[in-house]
Amino acid sequence: MIRGDGAEGQGETTAPFVARKTYRRRRLMDVARLLPIVGAVLFAIPLMWPSPDPYPAPDSMGGMPLSRAMIYVLSVWAMLILASFVFGLAVRRWADHWTGVNEGPQEGGGD
Amino acid sequence: MASLNVLAVVCLGYVALLFLVAFLADRMASRGHSARWLRSPLVYTLSLSIYCTAWTFYGAVGYAARSGLEYITIYLGPTLVMIGWWWGLRKLVRIGRSQRVTSIADLLSARYGKSNLLAIGVTILAVIGTTPYISLQLQSITLSFAIFAEADPLRSVNETQTVFWVALGLAVFAILFGTRNLNANERHHGVVTAVALEAVVKLVSLLAVGIFVVWGIAGGLSQTLQRIDASSIGQWQVDGGRWAAITFLSAAAFVCLPRMFQVMVVENEDERHLRIAAWAFPLYLLLISIFVVPIAAIGLELLPQRSNPDLFVLTLPLAEGQQGLAVLSFIGGFSSATSMAIVAAMALSTMVSNHIVMPIWLRWQEVGASVSGDVRDVVLLARRLSIAGIMALGYLYYTISGGGAALAAIGLIAFAGVAQMLPSLVGGLFWRGATRAGALAGLTVGFAVWLYTMLLPALGGGVLPTHILAEGLFGIGWLKPHALFGIEGLDETVHAVLWSMLLNTGAFLIGSLATFPSPLERLQGAQFVDVFEHSSGPRGWLGSVAQAEDLMIMSQRILGAGEAQRFFQAELARQGGRGPLPEPTPAFLERLERELSASIGAAAAHAMVGQIVGGSSVSVQDLMAVADETAQILEYSSRLEMQSEELSRTARKLQETNEKLTQISQQKDAFLSQVSHELRTPMTSIRAFSEILRDADHLSATDHTRYAGIIHDEALRLTRLLNDLLDLSVLENGQVTLNFSAGRLGDVLDHAVATALADGSADLRVLRDDATDDLRLSTDLDRLSQVFINLIANAEKYCTAEQPQLRIVAQESGDWLFIDFIDNGAGIPPEYRTTIFEKFSRVSPERAGGAGLGLAICREIMQRLGGDVGYLAGQEGGAFRVSLSLRREIAA
Repeated sequence: MIRGDGAEGQGETTAPFVARKTYRRRRLMDVARLLPIVGAVLFAIPLMWPSPDPYPAPDSMGGMPLSRAMIYVLSVWAMLILASFVFGLAVRRWADHWTGVNEGPQEGGGD
Repeated sequence: MASLNVLAVVCLGYVALLFLVAFLADRMASRGHSARWLRSPLVYTLSLSIYCTAWTFYGAVGYAARSGLEYITIYLGPTLVMIGWWWGLRKLVRIGRSQRVTSIADLLSARYGKSNLLAIGVTILAVIGTTPYISLQLQSITLSFAIFAEADPLRSVNETQTVFWVALGLAVFAILFGTRNLNANERHHGVVTAVALEAVVKLVSLLAVGIFVVWGIAGGLSQTLQRIDASSIGQWQVDGGRWAAITFLSAAAFVCLPRMFQVMVVENEDERHLRIAAWAFPLYLLLISIFVVPIAAIGLELLPQRSNPDLFVLTLPLAEGQQGLAVLSFIGGFSSATSMAIVAAMALSTMVSNHIVMPIWLRWQEVGASVSGDVRDVVLLARRLSIAGIMALGYLYYTISGGGAALAAIGLIAFAGVAQMLPSLVGGLFWRGATRAGALAGLTVGFAVWLYTMLLPALGGGVLPTHILAEGLFGIGWLKPHALFGIEGLDETVHAVLWSMLLNTGAFLIGSLATFPSPLERLQGAQFVDVFEHSSGPRGWLGSVAQAEDLMIMSQRILGAGEAQRFFQAELARQGGRGPLPEPTPAFLERLERELSASIGAAAAHAMVGQIVGGSSVSVQDLMAVADETAQILEYSSRLEMQSEELSRTARKLQETNEKLTQISQQKDAFLSQVSHELRTPMTSIRAFSEILRDADHLSATDHTRYAGIIHDEALRLTRLLNDLLDLSVLENGQVTLNFSAGRLGDVLDHAVATALADGSADLRVLRDDATDDLRLSTDLDRLSQVFINLIANAEKYCTAEQPQLRIVAQESGDWLFIDFIDNGAGIPPEYRTTIFEKFSRVSPERAGGAGLGLAICREIMQRLGGDVGYLAGQEGGAFRVSLSLRREIAA
C-alpha cells in the first residue's frame, strides 16, 4: 500500500495513474529516502581501505594518509549537504501542498 | 596574561548578554508580535546546535588526538538523520505538533496509550543518562578556568567552588527563562534565541581557532595536510565496528536526547523549518568539525607530551601567546557547555514534573484537579525544583566522580543510554503493532544491559566489584559485562551498543507481538503511524480563525454535546449577542476553563483552551486524538444526531412560516373583500338615492327629505367605517400615541355609560357596582373609555332580552383589574366566541349596525394598554371581561 506522505492531493495515494507532476514528486521522495542510505554507504567505504601495516616494509606506502581520508569524508559530506539543499528546493517547488507555498497568509516564515 | 578576574568579568558580561537576549526575545514573543527572525528557520537550525556541547568543543579535538578521524562519526550520525528528514524527522515533528507533545517521555507515553508508567521509565532513563552529561559540562567549564588559572600565578582556582557557582548560575538561568509560564506549547523563545546566539559564538570561536592554527601556525592548507600526515595520528586507522556503532549511536542519540527532542520537536515553530535545517544543520556540523583534526595534529606536535588533548583548543592559542583568541575560545566552550546544560535541565524538568511530580501530587491531593489556579502554580514550582534538583545531581556527580575521566567516554555512555528509547520510538512511529508491553519490555531490557555493560563498569570506584568484571555475575562467564554470552574481544562500546540494542529490539518485538493492545493504544498507534492522513498540512501559528467554533467542538468532546450547547447558549445569552456562538472573551474563557477542568483536570483544561486561543491553530483532528475510541464514536453519532435534529428543526420552522404566510395572505384577501363589500353597500344606496334626487322631477318634500336623510345616514356610516378602519390600522401598526392620565374608575365608567346611552332610545338598564369606583387608574383614560362605550353599545344593540340590563362589575385581583360587562341576553354562541374579535366578524349580520370592527379595535386598544378584552364564558348572558394591569408596565 502506498502510504500518504502529506504531499498528496485527495485520492492521489490510491490512484494507479497520476499526473506527471505527482509522479515526479513521488520519485523525488524516493531519492530523498535513498539519500541517507547512500550517505551511510559512502561513509562506510573508508572501512575497506587498508589499515596500516604494523610492520611496514621500508619502501611501502603504508596505509591511507589521514589527510586523504579527511578530504574524502568531507567531500562526501559536502555532497550530501548539497543534495539535501537541492531536494529542499525541489520540495518547495513540487510539493507545494506540503510546503504551503500557495497557502498565502498561512505561511508563517516558512522559507 | 589575561588574569582570572578579566576572564570572570568577560564571562559575567557574556552571561548578562545572554540574559538580555533571552529576556528581549521572551518579551517580544509574549507580546505576540515576535519578529520574523525570531521564528525563522535560521534560529531553528542554530538551536539544533545544542547537539554540539562542550564535548564537541573541547572533546572532539581530544578524541581526534587519541583516535584519529573516528571523532567525525559523532557528526555523521546526525547528518544522516537530518538528510533523511523526509523519512523520519518530518513525521516525528508532525506527530510532536499534532499531539502537543511536551517531551520524548510524553511522546512515548502518548503513543503507547498514554501510559504513565512508560513515561516514568523514560524519564528515569533520561535523568540517569543526562546527569553525567551535565556534570561533564560543568567539568569542562572548570577545566578551562583552571587552564587560565595555571597561567595566572597570583590566584588559584578552587575547582569545586567554581563548579558550584557555575551550576547555580545555570540553574537560575534555566528557571528564569525555562519556567516562566506554563505554556501549552512548551515553547521558550527566550531560551531558544539565547541558544541560537550561543551556537553562533561557539562556531565562530572554533573557526577562529582553526583558521589561526591552519594559516597562523601551520602556514597554509597544504602544509597543514602534510603536518597532519606526519603526526602520530597521520594514518587512516579506524575500527570498523566502532565507526559503524558510533555513527549509529550518534544518529539515535540525536533523535532521543531529551534536549535535542526539546529543540527539534517541542520548540519547533513551523514544520517547514525542517526543510532548511535539513541542509543547514549538516553544514553547521561540517564547519564545526572541519578544523578538529588540524588542531589536534598541530597540538600534538607543538604542545608538551603530558598536556590534556581535550583542551588543545584553549592551550594552543595560549601557548602561541594569542590571549584574545584564547578568551574567545573560552567563551565558545563556555557557550556550548551552558546552552546544553540549560536546555537539558529544562527538558528534563518538564518530564520530571509532568510525569513524576504531578501525578504523585494529584493523587496526594485527591481533589486537586478541580482547583484551577493552584495546579499551574504547582506545576511551575515542580519544574523549578526539578531544574534545581537536576543541576544539583550534576554537581553531585561531579564531586563524587571527581571529574578527570576523558570527556568522550562519558558522552558516549550517555548516548548509548538514551539510544535505548530508539526501538520504541521508531517502532511507535512506523509500526502499528507496537504495544505498551513491548515498549516497556524493550526499554527495561535495554536499560539493564546498558547499565550492566556500560555505565557501571565505566563508573569505576568499586561500584561494580572487579570480580564481576573479570568473571561475570555469580561467576557465570556468559554474564561478563564486557563479554556477554562468552563473546570476547569486542570493543567495549561496540559490545555494549550491540547487545543492548539487539536485546532491546528483540524484547520490544516479542513483547509487541505477544500482547494485545488496548483500544486507546490502537487508536494512538493509528494516529501516529498514519499521521499524514490524520493531520492536514503544516500550519503557521498566526491564530485560528474560528476560535469560538473550535472551542465549541472541543467542549463538546469533553462535556458532551448537550451540556456544551447549553453552556454556550447560556454564555451567548449572558453576552447578549446575536451570533450563533459567543465571542471568546476572557471572562468566557475563564468560565469555560473552569467548566472543562471539572472533567479533565485544570492543567489539561488550561492547556486545551490555551492551545485554541493562544494563537496556535488546532484542528478537530488534533483534538480527536485526545479522546479515546468510544468518545470518537460518541462524538460522531452525536454530531449526526445534532445535524438531523437541526435539519428537522429547520424544516419545521419553514413549514410554520409557510402556513403563517398563507394564513396572512388569506386574511388579507378576506379583509380586502370585506372592506370593499362594506364600502359598497352604503355607496350603492347613496348612488341610488342621489340618482333619484337628480332624475325624479316630481318629488314630494317628505320623500326629498327622506332620501336626503338616507344619503346622509349612509355617508355617516361610511365615515364611521373609514374612521374605524383608520383607527384600527393606526393601532395595529403601533403608531398610536397614548395619553396617560390618572383618574377614578367610577368616573370613567359613568362617562362611558352616559356617552353610550346618549341618544336615549334604548331601554337598557345599567347596573353599576360602585364598590371599586374609587380605584385610581393611571392609563389612557379616553381610550379605555372608548372600549367601555363600545362594550356598552354592543350590549344595547344585541341584547335580546325583554328587559335588557347590563351589569358592570369591577374587581381587583393582585396586579390586575377585571371589569366585567354582563348582560342578560342570549349571549354569543360558542362557535363565534373566538372569532368575534376578528375584523368584520358579526354574529348576526341581519342586525348589522356597524362594520364589525368595534371589538377588534377594543382588543387592539386593550393590548396597547397592557391588558386584554375577552369573552367571559359561564354567565347567563353575553359577557365580556376587560382586564387591565395595574402596574405601569404598559406596552406603548
